[in-house]
Amino acid sequence: MDIVQELLAGSPRALSRAITAIENEYEEAFSIMQKLYPHTGKAHVIGITGPPGAGKSTLTDKLAKKYRENGKTVGIIAVDPTSPFSGGAILGDRIRMNELTMDPGVFIRSMGTRGSLGGLSLKTSDAAKIMDAAGKEIIFIETVGVGQSEVDIVKAADTTIVVLVPGLGDDIQAIKAGILEIGDLFVINKADRDGVERLNTELEMMLDLNQNKVKWRPAVNRTIASRGVGIDELMEKIEEHRTYLQESGELALRRTQRTRDELLALLEEQISRRVTEKMRASGELDFLVASIEQRRQDPYSVVAALLDAYLI
Amino acid sequence: MEKRIRVLVAKPGLDGHDRGAKVVARALRDAGFEVIYTGLRQTPELITEAALQEDVNVIALSLLSGAHNTIFPKVLELMKAKKMDDVLLIGGGVIPDADIPGLKAAGVAEVFTPGTPTSDIIEFIKANVK
Ligand SMILES: Nc1nc2c(ncn2[C@@H]2O[C@H](COP(=O)(O)OP(=O)(O)OP(=O)(O)O)[C@@H](O)[C@H]2O)c(=O)[nH]1
Ligand SMILES: [Mg+2]
Repeated sequence: MDIVQELLAGSPRALSRAITAIENEYEEAFSIMQKLYPHTGKAHVIGITGPPGAGKSTLTDKLAKKYRENGKTVGIIAVDPTSPFSGGAILGDRIRMNELTMDPGVFIRSMGTRGSLGGLSLKTSDAAKIMDAAGKEIIFIETVGVGQSEVDIVKAADTTIVVLVPGLGDDIQAIKAGILEIGDLFVINKADRDGVERLNTELEMMLDLNQNKVKWRPAVNRTIASRGVGIDELMEKIEEHRTYLQESGELALRRTQRTRDELLALLEEQISRRVTEKMRASGELDFLVASIEQRRQDPYSVVAALLDAYLI
Repeated sequence: MEKRIRVLVAKPGLDGHDRGAKVVARALRDAGFEVIYTGLRQTPELITEAALQEDVNVIALSLLSGAHNTIFPKVLELMKAKKMDDVLLIGGGVIPDADIPGLKAAGVAEVFTPGTPTSDIIEFIKANVK
């Protein structure tokens, strides 16, 4: 059996290997995704984002357990930042999810952000598709919400949960940085701490201001993830959002948009890869750079000529 | 190619702290590896299952409890059952010299005793990961 057949037959090892193939950009990744694609599109993808240490992994762990109690299979993709200095990373989200590891209905994979951030959102969405094809019904993607790249990652989600905590001082800053727009649901975690009321009021005010722009008014939920408080209510809201997406036609709209975005991103990536590979192989890259530097050619004409030469 | 060496660092057994394991984890990150850190009190079952899901190249166990003669063989047995034959198992901690040859014969790739510079561990991983 090849890796795709094994994966479809339920092998966790094949699932694991397939994700490695896309992460490491192995040659066979493309054909794996080609064969898996017809088996995707069934899972509900939940993005969980928020500042470092907000309790995203703890919350994911608790939500995953609830979905398991309801008989759903679960996949979890936990993304942590790669060190820009060494290229290495410490991926520590699993610490909060150890109890899920032995459950055969759960598959957890940690990913570093590695090099290209644009590449990362393609890779996380491919990893989610691989888990989807492997039969995982609910897929969580956890990312630290600090920049645009993370926002791009959660675009792969059907329901995005923004996790905030009271008393950080920069709450409002985080909200301003575009996070308000991406949240389908908001969670104030660590509700056992001071400042919950203030943050809740501020959030509700901002969401009210935003209300005329959107059809779905995000709910603000309070949780104490470490003690399992508020998880049932949060899961109800997730299911409410899922129903809303289906009944309003929003799900179909979002998926069309996503299919379009992904097709264009893939096209861009493949064009760039093919042309660069050929340039490297022919050794003309260095020659062209030198000739542009000496103003014998300009980069615009060079690119036009390269595309003519290599794309047809 | 975006390949990275992936290492699962775990601290099985019941004893207290994981300072040593964290030092190793940080050194491995600084060497450019992706370190999956699973924390304290891990069972062999949990370690090998996590290693399988994370598709790591190396499992690094930090042991203080003197349980090495039971934990290592159990992890090796589970690795075999899961067909993880290309995964390197290494260990560190207070392990008597007399026990090391036996562990290596059983399939532990290398044992690092306290005081080993982390650079030795890094070199060993780089040289032996397939
Ligand atoms: N007081 C309190 N602590 C919590 C709560 N939820 C989580 N924590 C603790 O907060 C710390 C961070 O939790 P994580 O779940 O690792 O947070 P995270 O957002 O995944 O962290 P990163 O992935 O590192 O960004 C842990 O020590 C948790 O036990 C809560 O509701 N209240
Ligand atoms: Mg986390």
